[in-house]
Amino acid sequence: MSGLRVLRPGPLALVQDLGRPGFAAVGVGRSGALDRGALRLGNRLLGNPESDAGIEVLLGGFEARFEQDTWFAVTGATGRLLLDGRSMDAHTAVHAGAGQVLRIGTATSGVRWYLTVRGGVAVAPVLGSRSRDTLAGLGPAPLQAGDLIPLGEHPGTDLPLLDFVPVAEPAMDAVEVRAHRGPRADWFTEAALEAFFTDEWRAGAESDRIGVRLDPPQSPSHAAHATRSPAVASALIERAVNRELPSEPMVAGAVQVSPDGRPTVLLADHPVTGGYPVIAVVSDTTLDLFAQLRPGQPVTFRHA
Amino acid sequence: MTRRILPLGDHALLVELDDLDAVLGLFRGLDATRPEGVVDLVPAARTIAVLVEPRILPLSSARSWVERTVPLDVDATHERLVELEVAYDGEDLAEAARLTGRTPAELVAFHTDSTWRVAFGGFSPGFAYLATDRPLDVPRRDTPRTAVPPGSVGLAGAFSGVYPRSSPGGWQLIGRTHAVLWDETADPPALLRPGTVVRFREAL
Repeated sequence: MSGLRVLRPGPLALVQDLGRPGFAAVGVGRSGALDRGALRLGNRLLGNPESDAGIEVLLGGFEARFEQDTWFAVTGATGRLLLDGRSMDAHTAVHAGAGQVLRIGTATSGVRWYLTVRGGVAVAPVLGSRSRDTLAGLGPAPLQAGDLIPLGEHPGTDLPLLDFVPVAEPAMDAVEVRAHRGPRADWFTEAALEAFFTDEWRAGAESDRIGVRLDPPQSPSHAAHATRSPAVASALIERAVNRELPSEPMVAGAVQVSPDGRPTVLLADHPVTGGYPVIAVVSDTTLDLFAQLRPGQPVTFRHA
Repeated sequence: MTRRILPLGDHALLVELDDLDAVLGLFRGLDATRPEGVVDLVPAARTIAVLVEPRILPLSSARSWVERTVPLDVDATHERLVELEVAYDGEDLAEAARLTGRTPAELVAFHTDSTWRVAFGGFSPGFAYLATDRPLDVPRRDTPRTAVPPGSVGLAGAFSGVYPRSSPGGWQLIGRTHAVLWDETADPPALLRPGTVVRFREAL
């Protein structure tokens, strides 16, 4: 037997590569790994092309058995990693013998782990990509206990001679991202725009691969849930233009402001069009940070 | 005619136009002259997003390409014509006819006599908003359906559309077709793409 057998998927384990660009005009977004840097690193550690597919594990509690000898790496979130019950390092190529069991513990910083395997995860691609798009329902289904995941031919290159690469762990405290003024920045009052770029927001609990909702400044999410009312919420980001916006194309990183004044940062599985005005667009170089935010974690936007 | 180019992050531009006709004209022009490095061209009701790979096509070059692109008339391009056979037995046919002051037969005649063009997509994979020169204005259902069967043909606002697969929806359903609108194993996967011309024919 060969491949990787899923024993426990944890809350959500998805196959992801760098996505399927080019289909937005027919209603399919790019999708792909949320923390692209972590997936790329995992592939580089194994001598794979950076675009090979890996497994994006949300939070942890993931367990799988290698049914063949192979090299693999775990990147992204941090926490406890066990191979056959023995502690192992992240961010490095590790050899697994057939029958060995990898256990990814609960993330202590960040929320998304990436498991990459030499040769890449080789499930059938859909429209040129192995990414699961959770909004469109395209690509390989979320992994379930018992799934046997085929692995690709290894690329023939030598494993890179790296024992250890210095990697910054996902931040546990305030995160600063860069953002450009959005196409509809002028739909908001100057004061609202300035507040957006200076206030400290918090990652909301309602966050997934489609987007991260942001809770208002100075209002931890547990309190906001208890006290949110339309009157309070409408004061969040004030609009200068109140007419309705015909639906327009969206991109990953676009910060949409819903009628209650709350911003949502769209991520890889976002709808291809949307009807809320975009106040800002997160710079691509800092977009990956949203993949690892934990609910309640502070976020500030700085002009790119 | 105005053409405003708005920022959309470091990988995209948003072009804003006066109306849907201007969007379709410029979309045809851009699509016909697409340089390397354009990842996607995404039309919507008043806007077109130009998504690029900036290492191949920097945003400044994309901007000047958009600025100098001439819109193309429908006649200037040879657009695909797709004919869809429809059984006009939709649950909302009578209601949609009443809402537009017509008999059901007149509404069917309007639908089959009009030439439709794919204006844009966006609702779900393979869904196309179809526009026509002399549209009706059809209000959406008060209560959206939780599951519209695939192949359902509907009307909403100025648009017609066909549901590629089962999904929630608030359009008035006037009929159904057996055509396959979306096949993820086909190339291209969507039967209807921006620019495609669509005629409906009544199934006998």
